[in-house]
Amino acid sequence: MLTEYVSAVLLVAGAIFYLAGTIGLLRFPDVYTRLHALTKADNLGLGLIVIGLSLQASSFAAAGKLFLIWLLVLLAGASVSHLVARAALHKGVHLWKR
Amino acid sequence: MEALALLQDVFDILLGFGLLWLAWLALFSLDLFRSIVSFISFGLLMAIIWVRLDAPDVALAEAAIGAGLTGALFLAAFAKLQPASVNGKGSSINPQKQSSRKQLLRWLPALIMLWIASGLTIAILALPPHATGLTSEVTSNLTASGVSNPVTAVLLNFRGYDTLLEIVVLLLALLAVWSIGSSVPSIESEPGPVLDTLSRLLVPILIMVSAYLLWVGAHAPGGAFQAGAVLGAAGVLLVLSGWKLYPGLEGFPLRLVLTAGSITFVVIAILTMLVSGTFMQFPPAQASILILILEMVATLSIGVTLAALFIGSPPTDIKKL
Amino acid sequence: MNTVFLYALVGIGLFCLGLFALIVQAHLLRKILAINIMGSGVFLILVALARRTEGGIPDPVPHAMVITGIVVAVSATALALVMILKVTESSGQPEFPDEESK
Repeated sequence: MLTEYVSAVLLVAGAIFYLAGTIGLLRFPDVYTRLHALTKADNLGLGLIVIGLSLQASSFAAAGKLFLIWLLVLLAGASVSHLVARAALHKGVHLWKR
Repeated sequence: MEALALLQDVFDILLGFGLLWLAWLALFSLDLFRSIVSFISFGLLMAIIWVRLDAPDVALAEAAIGAGLTGALFLAAFAKLQPASVNGKGSSINPQKQSSRKQLLRWLPALIMLWIASGLTIAILALPPHATGLTSEVTSNLTASGVSNPVTAVLLNFRGYDTLLEIVVLLLALLAVWSIGSSVPSIESEPGPVLDTLSRLLVPILIMVSAYLLWVGAHAPGGAFQAGAVLGAAGVLLVLSGWKLYPGLEGFPLRLVLTAGSITFVVIAILTMLVSGTFMQFPPAQASILILILEMVATLSIGVTLAALFIGSPPTDIKKL
Repeated sequence: MNTVFLYALVGIGLFCLGLFALIVQAHLLRKILAINIMGSGVFLILVALARRTEGGIPDPVPHAMVITGIVVAVSATALALVMILKVTESSGQPEFPDEESK
């Protein structure tokens, strides 16, 4: 019972990070700040959701698979963010200044 | 429980409208690049909907092919079109001027679409709310099929013809692409250290995932097409990070891998005809191993064909012929 | 069972939206996007209607058909995109020439 509550809290926290990341993606002014918002959702939000789900997982193998998905997203997300930012910099997109 | 069902309905409605909205953006947004990105998100949303409709096999195929590979194909074509459309800018401005007549002409197709949509809606709503379809036939013959995932059983055993022809269609598409042979140079990329490291880390993982999907397809969602698509994605990643096929492999070995799927399929089909008298009828005792062999070879062929379709131009030694 | 009809109706919407764009849009890349979206609409109708079974296990035959369809769609798309590049090469623009402007 306790694990279910902990799991629910973690899932909701993860969803909040996703919401924040999405709002940032829609509202932030330029590519670089949007990437900043996105990585929070990808890394932390997904991490919380994976921990929350693995508490409910039926076996260690299932929890392990969820954890591997998180690692893969961390790797791909970090690299792709770098590539997008690099492409934007090469194309001459300027940093946003107030 | 009531509240949960209501929440699920709300989620479904949001997904449905989100899908329609993304389709609208993909088709009518003014910026073509934005259209393509919308189309990729459309594919991802579609994958979620497949899960909602209890079709995890389709969801895997959609996420890997519909969103992933098709999106990569569109982006590559968009990049290759760029210099051409800058040159032809003068001619592409005039449609703006003669738009008044075109605007009028838009009403006719719009009305026809509304008519078609309402006709289809009436037809769908007139269908009975429950229908068993072929579920009972599939489940009652599942034990004889050699696998326990019903979708894999349909694809590789009950409707093996479809899958055979599909692999041939893939091969034909590649042959057509090669014979059209666009002279537009393929995208030159300077990968940089991050993309290089990423591809070195990800390609082995993708190959492993592909093998896992292939193996698990016998009893859970997965199978040759999903595995092949993941393998194709690994190939696309290699191409993007500047990797080139070893020249010695471009001729006969490449063509052998590309056609291996179709050849194995036909050979097994003829062998089963000689043994059991019917084309592609697997004997239940050997069905499992036959399906595994077919799927392994088909995965390899599908993956390499998809990567070759992404590259677009034929390998150099074929060009010389 | 409402879910089934909801998604089937969304499928109809996608099909008609795609067909409309196919007729109205001149850019060939957009026409191919439109055909892909039409295809997705058909797949959605097929899979949604496959879920009308009573037992809870959806009909696997349409699922297999849709997987086949997705793979055929990607190969057709690849071919069509190469053809667009060829048309653009020869006519200078990614559109079919207008009858009037000849």
